[in-house]
Amino acid sequence: MSTAVPSALRIEGLGLKIGGATILDGIDLDIPPGSLVGVIGPNGAGKTTLFNAISGVVTPTSGRVLMDDRDITGTSVPARARAGLGRTFQTSSNFPRLSVLENVRVAAQASRGGSYSLLRFPRGDDAATAAARDALAQVGLEHRAHVPAGDISHGDKRKLEIAVLLATDARLVLLDEPMAGVGSGDVPGLVERIRDLHQVKGCTVLMVEHHLEVLMGLVERVAVLVAGRIVAFDTPERIMADPRVQAAYLGSAA
Amino acid sequence: MSTLVLVLLTGIGLGALYFLVASGLSLIYGLMHVLNFAHGAFLTLGAFMGFEVARRLDSTSWWAFAVSILVGGLVGAGVAALTELALIRPLYERHIEQVLVTVGLAFAAVALYEGIWGSDPIYIQAPAWMRETTGVLGAQVPNTYWVLMAAATALLISLVVFLRYTRFGTIIRAGVENRAMVTALGIDVRTAFLLVFAIGGSAAGVGGVLAAHYTGYVSAHLGSTLLIFAFIVTVIGGLGSLPGAAIASVMVAVLQQFANYYMGGTGDIIVVVALAGVLLVRPSGLLGRRFA
Repeated sequence: MSTAVPSALRIEGLGLKIGGATILDGIDLDIPPGSLVGVIGPNGAGKTTLFNAISGVVTPTSGRVLMDDRDITGTSVPARARAGLGRTFQTSSNFPRLSVLENVRVAAQASRGGSYSLLRFPRGDDAATAAARDALAQVGLEHRAHVPAGDISHGDKRKLEIAVLLATDARLVLLDEPMAGVGSGDVPGLVERIRDLHQVKGCTVLMVEHHLEVLMGLVERVAVLVAGRIVAFDTPERIMADPRVQAAYLGSAA
Repeated sequence: MSTLVLVLLTGIGLGALYFLVASGLSLIYGLMHVLNFAHGAFLTLGAFMGFEVARRLDSTSWWAFAVSILVGGLVGAGVAALTELALIRPLYERHIEQVLVTVGLAFAAVALYEGIWGSDPIYIQAPAWMRETTGVLGAQVPNTYWVLMAAATALLISLVVFLRYTRFGTIIRAGVENRAMVTALGIDVRTAFLLVFAIGGSAAGVGGVLAAHYTGYVSAHLGSTLLIFAFIVTVIGGLGSLPGAAIASVMVAVLQQFANYYMGGTGDIIVVVALAGVLLVRPSGLLGRRFA
């Protein structure tokens, strides 16, 4: 049953129909471990829905999702997370009234589930807190550790999302517009944090992003999603040159 | 002056009782978005079981009182946990159905209690001290009110410590803020749901035993009456906010007592007017999250 080249994520004929509408239409994708893949497409193409189907938030009406060659189609969101799938949400992935450190610690302790008592008082030096502090230091947010997450700048919130993923055991991460609403001054820093996630932590990364020039310089491959279908999956250079992509996406976005 | 002090202190004591009920309602709504109409039924069962235990012991003794409080809390936690497992969990994410099932349970529970204990109030006995009063600035305050205040304060402190400083508490606070993200981190929030129901039920059960001492009797309708005010308190305080529930409990009860004393028994109406006022000015309540 094992294939010659293992996949971090394999999607086979994934479809989603809601009422009469087809949201996702026979999507096939094979992502090798350690890839950094961009997902682009016009608004309403189904990018977030695809992420929701991969992470288990929505149940597809057809097809399968395999993580590390294991079928996870029928499993719950937390089960997928425990299997090593991490994600951010387009709107907000933070807990605004928890401190920045607590935001990351919840993630770190979730990844260390089972072996500890949930009623135990977290000491300053326990493993989850240490992992949380390390992750904050990696993204340069340690000086904001005790500020409520709702009070930090938009760019810092996006960094916090990356820190949360760094603190978990996630091996496959889905970033839904990690640079949305971020000022141009914060973009290079965020790009570096995403590279950390990919190269230092060694995660397989899928990201939806509308900053095309940034995305094209960062990812290895790009999947183009139009009306629930993958119309192209190739290197950034070829995607930019592909007339179908120009017509379907770049043209309509301009 | 002494009247003013008396009205104020009895208001705070009544507020303490409201908080015992409202804290659980607020926690449950905050995490699960379920308005739990069965919360009054948990309270009434706690009161009845506490009464049954106390009368089998020496109900005028302190230790019988202590045991009845313990039993009330355990019964409340147990029945709430059972409700979550058997009725709420199968309707996961179906909030309307979840609310309806708690409404149904509330009606069924009252009928069941009437079937077992009858529809007339059953007058209860208490330790002698609780039937006495203590003088404060000339006001003779019934001692039951001090017990209520102590219980509510202990509950508030332990809930705050639990939520702020334990791992599970952090998970619950995180779940109140962004449940999708908690789940995406690999945490099964259903465990937290069960725990929050049990904690809320336990507070309601203890509240039931104390409510019986406050009114002097147990009846099948004890919980229903208190639940209305607990809901008002929870909404005024901001659904899901524990400090909001605490502040609103005292504010509402004091206002109610003052209106009852100085404005010819208009307390209940004034409370509803206050609710309408808060909803007009701050629809999300005093400390509730603002709706976008």
